[in-house]
Amino acid sequence: MYYKETIRQMYDIGIGSLPIVFIISIFIGAVTAQQFYYQLTGTAIPTYYIGYIVRDMMIIELAATITCLVLAGKVGSNMAAEIGGMRQKEHIDAMEIMGVNTSSYLILPKIIGAVFAIPVLVCIAAIVGIVGGYLASVPTGLYTEFDYVKGLRSFFNQRYVVMMFAKATVFAYLITTVSCYQGYFVKGGSVELGQASTRAVVLSCVAILIADYIIAVVLTS
Amino acid sequence: MIKVEGIKKSFGEVEVLKGIDFVFEQGKTNLIIGRSGAGKTVLLKILVGLFAPTEGKVWYDDRDFHSMDKDALRELRMEVGMLFQGNALFDSMTVAENVRFPLDMFSNMSLSEKNERVNDCLSRVSLDGANDKFPSEISGGMQKRVGIARAIVYRPKYLFCDEPNSGLDPKTAITIDELIKDITVEQNITTVINTHDMNSVMEIGDKICFLDKGLIEWKGTRHEVMESENQNLNDFIFASPFLQRLKERAKK
Repeated sequence: MYYKETIRQMYDIGIGSLPIVFIISIFIGAVTAQQFYYQLTGTAIPTYYIGYIVRDMMIIELAATITCLVLAGKVGSNMAAEIGGMRQKEHIDAMEIMGVNTSSYLILPKIIGAVFAIPVLVCIAAIVGIVGGYLASVPTGLYTEFDYVKGLRSFFNQRYVVMMFAKATVFAYLITTVSCYQGYFVKGGSVELGQASTRAVVLSCVAILIADYIIAVVLTS
Repeated sequence: MIKVEGIKKSFGEVEVLKGIDFVFEQGKTNLIIGRSGAGKTVLLKILVGLFAPTEGKVWYDDRDFHSMDKDALRELRMEVGMLFQGNALFDSMTVAENVRFPLDMFSNMSLSEKNERVNDCLSRVSLDGANDKFPSEISGGMQKRVGIARAIVYRPKYLFCDEPNSGLDPKTAITIDELIKDITVEQNITTVINTHDMNSVMEIGDKICFLDKGLIEWKGTRHEVMESENQNLNDFIFASPFLQRLKERAKK
């Protein structure tokens, strides 16, 4: 039962969020490439550095942070509203009276689902962002494919990938726990449910940004 | 049998229950009645374990409910069924899935055995053929019956009903009352109903506990209600002029 619920959560979070993650990351990659081309034009820094910058920015920071901030809005508010609605409709009380451990039945599958699905989404976001950088620069003639690919293959540090996955996992955990907590302990009516949903998004975002800083400090020192 | 001893419950400074002693008997429909704010729902929630009492004990036969360990509590939960005021049916599940939910969670029965049990329960509440409908596709009365079917699917020894008639038309309300009464007698279970529906009091109140301001103001059977001289109870039960006339006629 819990296994099925976990798979359902993985599907909802992972497959359900793919379009938005795809759209956001392709544009972030494109804007990064375009913006750095503009900044570096006329300087002594070689053009191929743009590929290197896009790659590292996507892997180290943007893929994990921006994707998870967006998911805090999409997935976090959904979880808070779903669990909060169940609390208000007495579904949670009904399960508890039946003897169901509601936190483990309702919340654990969401946490496990997110902790597995979100790092995959972040990885996809990083790849799509790099492709976005390519599409924004090579076909438009800003610089050559050779330059972009050379940049992508320069100064690569595998540690950054580890950092990306570490961030994605921690952010996934934060989004689900903060949002589920807000929904699980909601009191009152539909106004309070709306407020809980908003609080879930805001607090998840703040938690992600704080965790982002802490991970950056820990993993780069 | 469920026995409550000296139950008190406070929320901050407010004392909602001020010492309740009562025995809910097996094979009978035990009613908790009272005005809004009298503490009925709080008492029911204490009985099912959703609230812990500030003081006092709840005994399920010889088991002290609020000091049981996890395993014993889980076992006891298997013996409890509850019908909620708002039914608490899971919207994303069909009628059959809703009824089967407790079995899916805890029983080792095969799927066909579970489905057979579900069909029996749905048949018992006259909902044959509604298996594949969603709660949003059926009427309020049918939803109540699904709630009852779910409450009895695990063959409970104790059945709790919170305002089973709220939001129902009088005829459907009577049907639900009769259904609860019949199930109580058939399965010899302890049924506790929280209600302020006067029809229920008069029709199925084997044992009635009238709460007022957090205390038991009166207790007795439905037959004793008519003869009671308790002013508070009379004001509550015979609040409408129609019922007052009815009582006077009955006296004559």
